Amino acid sequence: MLENAFKYQEQMWQSIGETFVMVGISVGAAVLLGLPLGTLLYFCRKGQLYENKKLSLVLNTLVNIVRSFPFLLLVVAMIPVTRLIVGTAIGTIAATVPLSIVAIAYYSRLVEQALLEIPRGTTEAALSMGASRLGLIFKFLYVEARSGLVLGLTTSTISFISFSTVMGVVGGGGVGDFAIRYGYQRYETEVMAYAIVVMIVLVQIVQFSGSTIARLLDKK
Amino acid sequence: MLSLSRISKSFEVKDGVYQAVDSVTLEVEKGSIHGIIGASGAGKSTLLRLINLLERPDEGSVILNGREMTVLPEKLLRQERQKIGMIFQQFNLVANVSVSRNVSIPLELAGVPKRERTERVEECLRFVGLADKAGQYPAQLSGGQRQRVAIARALANHPGLLLCDEPTSSLDPATTTEILGVLKHINEKLGVTIVIVTHEMDVVKRLCSHVSVMEDGRIVDTFSRADGEFLPAASSSGSYREQILGKAREDYA
Ligand SMILES: Nc1ncnc2c1ncn2[C@@H]1O[C@H](COP(=O)(O)OP(=O)(O)OP(=O)(O)O)[C@@H](O)[C@H]1O
Ligand SMILES: [Mg+2]
Repeated sequence: MLENAFKYQEQMWQSIGETFVMVGISVGAAVLLGLPLGTLLYFCRKGQLYENKKLSLVLNTLVNIVRSFPFLLLVVAMIPVTRLIVGTAIGTIAATVPLSIVAIAYYSRLVEQALLEIPRGTTEAALSMGASRLGLIFKFLYVEARSGLVLGLTTSTISFISFSTVMGVVGGGGVGDFAIRYGYQRYETEVMAYAIVVMIVLVQIVQFSGSTIARLLDKK
Repeated sequence: MLSLSRISKSFEVKDGVYQAVDSVTLEVEKGSIHGIIGASGAGKSTLLRLINLLERPDEGSVILNGREMTVLPEKLLRQERQKIGMIFQQFNLVANVSVSRNVSIPLELAGVPKRERTERVEECLRFVGLADKAGQYPAQLSGGQRQRVAIARALANHPGLLLCDEPTSSLDPATTTEILGVLKHINEKLGVTIVIVTHEMDVVKRLCSHVSVMEDGRIVDTFSRADGEFLPAASSSGSYREQILGKAREDYA
């Protein structure tokens, strides 16, 4: 019976690979674009250093729209954009486009929250010693928020793993798609269960690593 | 060395504008320890923050060593700030980096090369008596030790002026004495001019050479040890001047 679960092992490896590509690229997008966006959200907020009502309203609206969109609909709605960016709307790479958009919006919010935890006095001290904008961000804010930033990225990554499971609709593949095609649709319950276990293990690894790193970084 | 001339700052609040600092003129002598005392909400912190322009004045000018600070472009202002140390009631250290890195950060911001930084950090930590804590994190230190790290950090770039906002208000009496000792030492040994904001009469009496009394955004009185010995004992009636210089002196004046 157990052999039954492993009979598509080759396809399973490929699916794991696809999940890694989709999640990996969206984590990259979250860090490269979500982090600066979240920092901007933080600075523009009422009462913060570069308070800016208009910019704040625009950014918040955008982030909220992306985050409130039912994910599958977002994937479909973004097909033309995806085609524009990667030349095709089908396949693993194409699937990373909507996933990355959600990743950026999702993580930026968590970045903003992590930065809001920093006491006002830290910024005050930084400015009093003549820190430039970048000095303030890299030598003070990110340093103080770093474990929150890592925990946020961990939470985000797990969400991206979950989002990536529906990418079968645009031929994105991945472990979720494997579970549906080889397990659910062929009535091979063992195969489906195996895929689910793989997902659970993946999530556990991410959470454990994230929590551990965050704890090591926190000296407070 | 520092002169504030007719400097004002107001804040927008729910029901209009609040005049936090109201046309203050103040002269701080080189080498002095100038206390600013007053009740909570009098505008002391705001006044202090106007000195290094953390708060932009609505009106008036800040002149430091003959240089008009209020007209400096951003970049030059940042360079000037590097020469003004500031310490706070809540210490405001970077919790996630070591004691020595905390002291090193202002040097990094000023572009001091690595080798010099290492030497200067050691020197500053030795000065405040924390050479042995260099590798520890702020959370592992007592309040007094944290404030000493903050002082070392403020001294790193050889400031001529040190601004202190209630530096002892969250410390116990013994630790307060210790920190006041360090501040006095800085003033005497390094010739650093100090402006200290406090609501503690005792701090003024023990530390300051000059005192300004602040009330509702205005400086209502200024005097110095030249006007008479500051009373050592705690007396707690009358105006700030009476409490510090004694009632009799007031009568002669
Ligand atoms: N950014 C701000 N926005 C609005 N009001 C402010 C702001 N900063 C200060 N104030 C107000 O200005 C007044 C003076 O504040 P400030 O902090 O200078 O007082 P303080 O004398 O230092 O008082 P404390 O002893 O409590 O520290 C207070 O009423 C405060 O509420
Ligand atoms: Mg204050």
